[in-house]
Parts: sequence; structure tokens; C-alpha cells
Amino acid sequence: MSYYNFLLEPISCHAWNKERTQIAICPNNHEVHIYKKEGGDKWSKIHELKEHNGQVTGIDWAPESNRIVTCGTDRNAYVWTLKGNVWRPTLVILRINRAARCVKWSPKENKFAVGSGSRLISICYFEQENDWWVCKHIKKPIRSTVLSLDWHPNNILLAAGSCDFKCRIFSAYIKEVEEKPSPTPWGSKMPFGELMFESSGTDGWVHSICFSGSGGRVAWVSHDSTVAVATGSKNTVISSLSSETLPLLAVTFITENSLVAAGHDCYPMLYVYDEGKGTITFGGKLDIPKQSTQRGMTARERFQNLDKKASSETEKATLDSVHKNSISQISILEGDKSKCNKFCTTGMDGGMTIWDVKTLESSMKDLKIV
Amino acid sequence: MSKNVSSDRFRKVDVDEYDENKFVDEEEGGENQQGPDEGEVDSLIRQLCTGNVMGALQAVLKNPPMNTKNQALKDRAEGLVLKVLSSFKSGDIEKAVQSLDKNGVDLLMKYIYKGFEQPTENSSTVLLQWHEKALSAGGVGSIVRVLTARRTV
Repeated sequence: MSYYNFLLEPISCHAWNKERTQIAICPNNHEVHIYKKEGGDKWSKIHELKEHNGQVTGIDWAPESNRIVTCGTDRNAYVWTLKGNVWRPTLVILRINRAARCVKWSPKENKFAVGSGSRLISICYFEQENDWWVCKHIKKPIRSTVLSLDWHPNNILLAAGSCDFKCRIFSAYIKEVEEKPSPTPWGSKMPFGELMFESSGTDGWVHSICFSGSGGRVAWVSHDSTVAVATGSKNTVISSLSSETLPLLAVTFITENSLVAAGHDCYPMLYVYDEGKGTITFGGKLDIPKQSTQRGMTARERFQNLDKKASSETEKATLDSVHKNSISQISILEGDKSKCNKFCTTGMDGGMTIWDVKTLESSMKDLKIV
Repeated sequence: MSKNVSSDRFRKVDVDEYDENKFVDEEEGGENQQGPDEGEVDSLIRQLCTGNVMGALQAVLKNPPMNTKNQALKDRAEGLVLKVLSSFKSGDIEKAVQSLDKNGVDLLMKYIYKGFEQPTENSSTVLLQWHEKALSAGGVGSIVRVLTARRTV
């Protein structure tokens, strides 16, 4: 895995371009910086996107159409298109009166969804006649800020995790831009705004949510240190695991059965879902700690420790994980959610790490990715 | 400046109660929750003198009064749990914690923190010993679940 430290401030959010040669990040301010990978381990800043008046909370880069959508605490979203060598913004009126928190392009890139503190989701699509972006709202029954969004591969269903402790799947079917969808395991009637699924049983804000590659499963992590997976069917069953770690902030599927999640413990972890048994098990910690030189303690140091801290163990003052602060976002770099080869994490230490699944599998014994 | 209106009782009104967007937790039928059965625990406490501390622990952790709003019920449950926890010998605490499952450890952690809120003569020392063992079994995740629980014990 390779670690690159972009800045001293947290990286609020990031997005990769299609070829994975450029990364757009928000350095915890009102701007978006785009970095290009030079040879070796070097990155150079090639663009600065300055239009927002508040912190940029979400960035998504559409791979096929090469458009970037950003949303921020200034209650606005902008769609950026590359004209020549300059990114030009187009304002999208979201009609929200609180900050926007997350944004995601749909798989076909003809619409995007924005989650906000106004307790609603704005689904925005481009209206050709008026040459502007129009938005429709999904309000009921969301009771608090929407923190995370993920689209189903059929371009219609949208999963939303919010601060009212629930994960929900809505239909975001816009008849102006698409055909009627065929039935899915989550339901067959999908008018706009229809609630297809609502979770129960976990306390804690839902920080991150992810559909599996096929769309038949949805996983979410919440602030009470739990990971949960639900498989869509007539009677949807939710399996959850209470973990012993600090709360997780980001989750993604890397195969149909394996999840990688990371959060306040600063290292990614593997979880394995078994649909037959309906269980989630902890697969292992995906971080190879550097072997720090173990100096023996002198007797004097031992007594000093006992005197000052009442403990005789060597206390580690630094974390031995790659990231030195919480990881806030995971994105898939190579492959897709049904078979991922590389994924990338960014965190509050301003660093970005690229993890290679094959290397992890071979270097950690007992780690099996099913 | 001196009061220049005849009544200032409006200042004591809790405006948040009238906010129509106020978040209300779902009701989950807490009327049937009785807390640990008094009779059962009493008989087991008598057995405590003969040494059946493990059984008493299992009994007192059954049926936690989580869904009810009855404060007296919750206080009574907490008192019972504290009594059972105090009657363990320090050496036995670790074994007792190992015998609990994940939910049991989380529940034990909730009672421990509830006990910290109202410290009595000797309760804190006992609770701290239990806390240390419960922490090594449940990890920081169990403490996070105490902090984020919507329905507390």
C-alpha cells in the first residue's frame, strides 16, 4: 500500500477520475483541488475549483461524462464541466435551507442525489428545454440529516443513511429521463419517493451506506460501533455485528460477501457476510504495522513509569497504523464492488492511502476474501 | 433595567416542546417490562450467601427495564444489579464476565455507567473493577454503545 500526505488539514472528501490519474479533494475549506499523478509517488496540483461559499462536503466525479458535482455547506451544488483546460461550474438550485452533506452521481450519470441537513434528499436531473438542472425532493419519512447516499445499479433505487438512526432505500425514478424499472428484490412498484425499505434495531447515526455490486444487498455502519447488512427479499432480514472498536465512518463492498470498513480507529477492517447463516464476522485488521524498534526498558525508566503513570508497560505514544487520524472515506480504485483489486482511503490526517487487495491477502495470514 | 412587563412567566416556557419538527423516539410498548423479577433475584441473593453469585448475575441481567419510562422501576433494577455486583469476590469477576455473551457485556456496561452516576459509599471501587473486566471483554465498542443508546437501562 502507498501513503501520500497531501496536507496538514483533514481531507473532507475526495473523488477519482475515470483513469485514476487525477484526484479531486477538498482541503477542509471552500475549494476543491485537483491533483494529477506525476511519475513515481509525486502529485501536482493542476486545478483549483473556487465557487463555493462554504466548506465543500461532497465531491463525485462521473467517469463516463467527466463531470464533477460538488456540494457544500453553502446549501448549493455545482456541476463542473471541463472546457478546454478550465473547469466551468453550473449552479444547481437545490431548494434546501440547510447544508448539503453528500452527493452521488447515478450509475448512468443522468441524475445525481444530494443529502442535506434539511432532512430531505434532492434528486437533480438536467432539463433540456430550459437548459438547467431541476431537482425533486424526497422528504417523507426522513426525520434528520441525511449523511450518506448510494445508488443501486439499476439507476432507480437510492439508499440513504441518516442521523435519525435509520437506513432507508427510496425510489428515485424520474419519468422524464428514464424508462420504468423492472422488479428488484427490494420491491416492484417504484414511483418517485417510494420507501422500499427501512431499517430498525440499530442506534446511532448511519455514517455510511453501500449497495453490493449486484444491488441485492445493502450494508451500513452506524455510530454505535455496528456494521449491518440487509439482503433484499419479501421479508428482508437484517444482520448486524456489534464491534469492539470505535465507530466506523466509511464502508464499501469489495466482493458480494466481503466488506471493508474504516473509521475512528484509523485502519481499515474486513468483515465477511454469510447470507445463509445471516451473520457478519470480523475478518481482520487490514493494516501492516511498521515494526518499531523494541528498545528494552532500563530499570530506571520502569520505576519512573510506575511512579508517574502507575503502569510498567511500554506505552506507545503514536499509532502504528498508516493513517494517523480517523479515516473518513473509502473509494474503489480498481475493479468494482463485486470484485475490487484496489481501494483508497482518505482521512482527517490529510493523507491518502491506496490499498492493494492481493498484497493484503498474501501478507496477512488467515485473511480470506470470499 | 427593572421589570417593565407585569408577567415574565413566558420566559420559563420550553419552546422546544412545541417545535413540530422535534424528534420523538418510536414507542416500543414498554408497559410489559418489569425489570428483573424481584422474587427470583431475592431468592438468588439468599443463595449469594451460599455462593451462587453467577446464577444471581444471570438472573439480574435478564429482562432489563429498557423500554419503560418508569423511573422507579429503573432505579430498582439498578439497585438490584449493584447488590449482585458487590457480592462478587474480586477474583471471580473475570470469570463472570467471560460467561456473558456480547449482549450481556453491553448490558453490564450500561448498568456500570448507570451506577457511576450515583456513587455510594463503596460502589465506585466495585464498579471500577467490573468496568476493567467488561472493557477487556467488550472493547471500547461497548462503551460507545452505552453513549449512543436511545433506550437506556
